Amino acid sequence: MALEGLLPELAVIRKDFPILERELAGGLPLVYLDSANTSQKPQVVIDTMVDHLERHNANIARAMHQLGAESTEAFEAARDKVAAFIGAPERDEVIFTKNASEALNLVANTLAWAGPRQVGAGDEVVITEMEHHSNIVPWQLLTQRTGATLRWFGITDDGRLDLSAIDELITERTKVVSLTWVSNMLGTINPVAAITKRAHAVGALVVVDASQAAPQLPIDLAAMPADERPDLVAFTGHKVVGPTGIGVLWGARAVLDVLPPFLGGGEMIETVRMESSTYAGIPHKFEAGTPPIVEAVGLGAAVDYLGHIGMDAIHAHEQAITGYALQGLQTVKGLTVLGPLDPAARGGAISFELDGVHPHDIAQVLDSRGVAVRAGHHCAKPAHARFGVQSSTRMSSYLYTEPSEIDALVEALEYTRSYFKLD
Amino acid sequence: MTAQDLDALYQEIILDHYKNPHGKGLREHADRTAEVHHVNPTCGDEVTLRVHLADGVVDDVSYDALGCSISQASASVLYDLVVGKGVDEAMAIHQEFLTLMQGKGTVEPDEDVLEDGIAFAGVAKFPARVKCALLSWMAWKDATAQLVATNSPAGDGDKS
Ligand SMILES: [Zn+2]
Repeated sequence: MALEGLLPELAVIRKDFPILERELAGGLPLVYLDSANTSQKPQVVIDTMVDHLERHNANIARAMHQLGAESTEAFEAARDKVAAFIGAPERDEVIFTKNASEALNLVANTLAWAGPRQVGAGDEVVITEMEHHSNIVPWQLLTQRTGATLRWFGITDDGRLDLSAIDELITERTKVVSLTWVSNMLGTINPVAAITKRAHAVGALVVVDASQAAPQLPIDLAAMPADERPDLVAFTGHKVVGPTGIGVLWGARAVLDVLPPFLGGGEMIETVRMESSTYAGIPHKFEAGTPPIVEAVGLGAAVDYLGHIGMDAIHAHEQAITGYALQGLQTVKGLTVLGPLDPAARGGAISFELDGVHPHDIAQVLDSRGVAVRAGHHCAKPAHARFGVQSSTRMSSYLYTEPSEIDALVEALEYTRSYFKLD
Repeated sequence: MTAQDLDALYQEIILDHYKNPHGKGLREHADRTAEVHHVNPTCGDEVTLRVHLADGVVDDVSYDALGCSISQASASVLYDLVVGKGVDEAMAIHQEFLTLMQGKGTVEPDEDVLEDGIAFAGVAKFPARVKCALLSWMAWKDATAQLVATNSPAGDGDKS
């Protein structure tokens, strides 16, 4: 039975990911359903990074020799590839960071400092209850340091943002609205364009955490109407089949130009005197010090790989697998899915509870069957608290996931129930 | 990990304590008790635990715990092992359990001292789960140490 929407060349794509062929202890095949945590890497990313280290390694921008030129070219080509991947209006609006957390912290920190966008006492910052901790804590720090007030959208019973009070939440006092595009716990896809439009109407900046969106949704920033386009978008490399240690902050030039520098150091300056310095333009203004060069090059290969398959096709695949998983999971007695049940309204991360077995124990039994999932609060404690649960088990698929792996998960969950002697 | 490893981790005794925990629930006492709240940040297990001492003896350990089978079962075993013991003896049992859990599976447990606690020998081979097993034990030590400190001759126990 072929599932509609699956990537037509799934078998070939799976061959691109060498780790999917390895055996686990006891000779078990790997069933990797933890891609929202980190994705696996295709051979082309591994090879590109090895080739860079073997043949082109040098520091960038300052080395006056052939290798330096090659390394700089590879690094800047990666910026072009990332810009194309998200449809950035300008390639220089793409800033390389260490990860999405650093990108969000860059924004939250520089907004505390003097400048036209500075957040101060009496101002308000609006986030949501379904954020990852890395899109909560930086805003708590910002509002605590500046005397501003932190407010947030709640979550409805079916796991969507409660927008009923949007006009009371986003007001003339709102300076920043920061939200996730796709929830890492509930899977919910949020109406970023509509919220951005409302925030822009009151002159607020909009920051979007796209860590879970960038891997699965086609993003074309330049194609979005300006009033619906967020001002800043963050995501991380390792969830889009790239390496760890590299993240991206995209920001509209008009915003990045007026934000003060974040870290001071090499590469971010124009000129330095002992009294003071002037700064480079974007993107270098926000890239102090030697960046993660080979990681950026690897990320460039990763987004190229995804672009080659096509984000529309990957999104369709994710929806097909997610729909199949939602069906399968609901056949397991005592299992409750947290978040929307409509595969079209959600991403590929599905958190659930199983009556009578704690998530840590579920993950342990699943691991003994070769099925890798995540258990815990997934760095989204407030969202768990909203549903009155302390932790949950989460399966998350990606472009290499096949239906038989969902079958293996469902079977392993049935085994878990019998292992813990549930009827 | 394999199916055999799984059975080594989830001994029958552990699953029994998980399903029927001993001493669970927070209990009130007329005189001083110490209460602590400990969490296991890696997996989110939580315990609120109260210790009541009477004449140098662990009179009661009551607790409210949320978490996995390993963390729940170890709170139940803790209750069985330390209630009714002198503080010094209970601390010695604590040390024995700690040594077992930190032994990476190389320590042979003494059943005379640890009773049902020997079932946790298998857990010691799973670094990710050692914290689950130790959660309530660390909470007990913390609460007991607070009580002992406030009962010492130097302090009058009326700390605000
Ligand atoms: Zn645990």
